[in-house]
Amino acid sequence: MRYHRPESFEDAVAIAAGSGGTTRFLAGGTDVLVQLRAGLVTPDDLIDLKHIPGVAEIVRTADGGWRIGIAVTGAQMGRHADLVRDWPGVVEGMQLVGSTQVQGRATPVGNLCNGSPAADSVPGLVAAGARVDILGPGGPRSLAVEEVPTGPGRTTLRPGEIITAITLPPRGAQAGDAYLRFTPRTEMDIAVVGVAVNLRLDGERIAAARIALGAVAPTVLLADAAAAAIIGTPLDDAALTALATAATAAANPISDKRGTADFRKEITGVLVRRAARIAYDRVQARTGIQQGEDK
Amino acid sequence: MTRIHVTATVNGDPVEFLADPRETLLDCLRDHLGLTGSKEGCGTGDCGACSVQMDGVLVCSCLVLGVEAEGRSIDTIEGMATGGDLHPLQRKFIEHAALQCGFCTPGILVAARALLDQNPDPTEQEVRYWLAGNLCRCTGYDKIIRAVMDAAAELRGAA
Repeated sequence: MRYHRPESFEDAVAIAAGSGGTTRFLAGGTDVLVQLRAGLVTPDDLIDLKHIPGVAEIVRTADGGWRIGIAVTGAQMGRHADLVRDWPGVVEGMQLVGSTQVQGRATPVGNLCNGSPAADSVPGLVAAGARVDILGPGGPRSLAVEEVPTGPGRTTLRPGEIITAITLPPRGAQAGDAYLRFTPRTEMDIAVVGVAVNLRLDGERIAAARIALGAVAPTVLLADAAAAAIIGTPLDDAALTALATAATAAANPISDKRGTADFRKEITGVLVRRAARIAYDRVQARTGIQQGEDK
Repeated sequence: MTRIHVTATVNGDPVEFLADPRETLLDCLRDHLGLTGSKEGCGTGDCGACSVQMDGVLVCSCLVLGVEAEGRSIDTIEGMATGGDLHPLQRKFIEHAALQCGFCTPGILVAARALLDQNPDPTEQEVRYWLAGNLCRCTGYDKIIRAVMDAAAELRGAA
């Protein structure tokens, strides 16, 4: 195995293109090193991306969104007060991945590229409308996060392509998000169901919504029908009931050792109500703070 | 297999070693530097027995490659005592009998020190969540949590 330390994404792509064998990109390594050790993957070329300038940074974009580098860890996201204020749901999803030790290394890009339908950081990113910038032998392109995974362990990334950053859109006023998951234990476990809700209000009523469901299909699902069930409502009981029904209908889970399909569908309905409530309350709390600051 | 020359700082001392790029930082600490305090429990980042701090960040050394340590500062259990004086966490673990077989203990001490460095007054819940990635199959955790809380109190009093 050859170990490379390129200092630009262009060089990283060139190394991958010239490899002729199996390549792996290394950022946090919390999945790659486990695969290496288990003998699931024996790369000929391991390309460490952490020496590329800017990859460990979280920066405000010109439009008021955020650009998260590919080596940014969960711990870093949790410490970034402005990012947490804008996107608490995105950050709390990532922070549920693994232990304190894993948070010191694991990255949301790695969580996405690992392709697990139960990846805790992915529903929050999908609900947020996050995108990834990609560089490959064919040049740069960009994808919505929900377009990246195609099934367990599989993505739409082509050979030699690398994600170069995640971008979050501007948060804007009267908006908030939340992520909830169900696990039998409170820590160190894999989601049986995960739900992310991202809302924008106009006064009391929901003007826009994006809802993403994790661990209930081969990929994280963007549940448009569930979002439609609450748009235009003040998230009253009728809206919450319609939301739960729509999200449950969208879920298409399997039964496995962590839960039956029926259980997962039911929990989807429970969590989507709770996550929507939290997101809605966060909008109101945030709007209250902003109005207080304006006075 | 080409070995790579790595220069790093371990417990404040400059070190260098030759690493096969497939070796983990844990392999390098144990096999090249003779620092066998960090243990390999699972090798997959689940148990925390190999916990070290890298540039101050708590990580599993089994999930870091030795070659990634180039230019970095690593703190292991071997650097915790000052000469013959045990760190308060180490003393409290003995006082509370917070270990039985001891295999998980170095990792838990390193992880607990990382917590107290950034949060000198944690709640019991904060300690339990912080140490959720450090598995102990002997003690049932209660004595470990009590020892950490007690050490935190002593460190606050001493400050």
